[in-house]
Amino acid sequence: MAAKVVTVTSGKGGVGKTTATANLASALAAENLKVVCIDADIGLRNLDVVLGLENRIVYDLVDVVEGRCRLRQAMIRDKRLPELYLIPAAQTRDKSAVSPSDMVRLCDELRPDCDWVLIDSPAGIERGFRNAIAPADIVIVITNPEVSAVRDADRIIGLIEAEEKGPARLIINRLKPAMVKREEMLSPDDVLELLAVELIGIVPEDENVTLSINRGLPIVLDGKSRAGLAFRNIAARLRGEQVPFLDLNDQGGLLGRLARLIRPGGA
Amino acid sequence: MEEHPKVQIKGIREGLLITLEEESWPDARAALLEHVINQADFLRGGRLILDIGNHVLHAAELGQLRDMLSENGLSLWAVLSGSPVTQQNAQTLGLATRITKPTPERTAPSQETALSGEQAVLVRRTLRSGFSLQHIGHVIVIGDVNPGSEIVAGGDIVVWGRLRGMVHAGAQGEEAAVVCALDLSPTQLRIAGQIAVTPKRRGRSLPEMARLIDGQVVAEPWNPKGK
Repeated sequence: MAAKVVTVTSGKGGVGKTTATANLASALAAENLKVVCIDADIGLRNLDVVLGLENRIVYDLVDVVEGRCRLRQAMIRDKRLPELYLIPAAQTRDKSAVSPSDMVRLCDELRPDCDWVLIDSPAGIERGFRNAIAPADIVIVITNPEVSAVRDADRIIGLIEAEEKGPARLIINRLKPAMVKREEMLSPDDVLELLAVELIGIVPEDENVTLSINRGLPIVLDGKSRAGLAFRNIAARLRGEQVPFLDLNDQGGLLGRLARLIRPGGA
Repeated sequence: MEEHPKVQIKGIREGLLITLEEESWPDARAALLEHVINQADFLRGGRLILDIGNHVLHAAELGQLRDMLSENGLSLWAVLSGSPVTQQNAQTLGLATRITKPTPERTAPSQETALSGEQAVLVRRTLRSGFSLQHIGHVIVIGDVNPGSEIVAGGDIVVWGRLRGMVHAGAQGEEAAVVCALDLSPTQLRIAGQIAVTPKRRGRSLPEMARLIDGQVVAEPWNPKGK
């Protein structure tokens, strides 16, 4: 059961790292794989909120690193998905409390007993980012199809390659196919042309995601959401399955079927 | 300041300059760590400038060194090296590779602006955002130059790929310097003392060369017959 350690990072803030980490972890745990999430965003912790576990925090990552508790004591077990564990960040400290080698030691301790370790990286390129990628076997970069996010993603991919943690894999998050069609938003091809890395998933914009974050219920548990399906597919690809990318232009439902009938030449 | 046969520490205006004597890198590194960690309380809070002479280091090794120093409360700000490979690796990690005053122990790099062919450097990869490539002679890149990256060259710049970052050719004043690219779309283009921005491109991109004509930056499609 030697675990693979996956770090989710982006450079830019607010593109969906925490949401993706929570959802990928939940999707893997739902397949009965033992998953430990680590929130490496010390001082600005969010992963606990998105997973709905914030009321159960007793010990955190800094307590473990500074020896105030054992590793097991800081692992919070999810009640909905019993194979899912969270090691939360500290809210009252900052990134200097933990070092890259602390993270490597911690992950080495976790590796023999679980299948996946998912690390939620903070935004930026400084100590917090270096802490998060130090133990990584696989690094996933998340970006939005938007010029400023792609700039930052390029920078972070460069740093990942320089630290010899590449090749990075890309998730394009919050894509709006209608806007891409109207040429008001970058298409996945535009993004890949600049970043030139392997694409592991495209997640469409979905209003239900905001609701899921506020409720602490990861969207992968919602069978009707396209974003949830996209995250489940990414988890499958992480496990080595070949899953075709969603046709995001497919409207689905009655309206979609009518539209396809009306289009000349048939579906 | 304390003297150590292999490690010397000197306070200069920009920070604390640590010089390592030439020998095998593992020995130099071990001596450095031992010496610096013993003095950590005294050195803490200072900016460390590490002069490693001609050792060639990977980005990963530099990163590890920086992390080990920072675990002891020491912040590595700059790495001075005679090796261009180490300098580039340091720059990729965001470390400074020059300080304002030349160091007394090492001779300053040659100030010659020779534009002869031997002074060219060839880089075979895409330059990602944040990467800065600086060279006293000509620069040739086989790959793209992404927005947010920059090339500063004393001579010409040739990009066999898409040029979408910032370039400065003839950076030391050479007005005959040129910039060539398969897709010339830089965020900003400078030749000697002139700066130009790219007008919005219409249609497909063509290989182009930019140079100074009567003091203005002019970009022309590559037309071998027309010269």
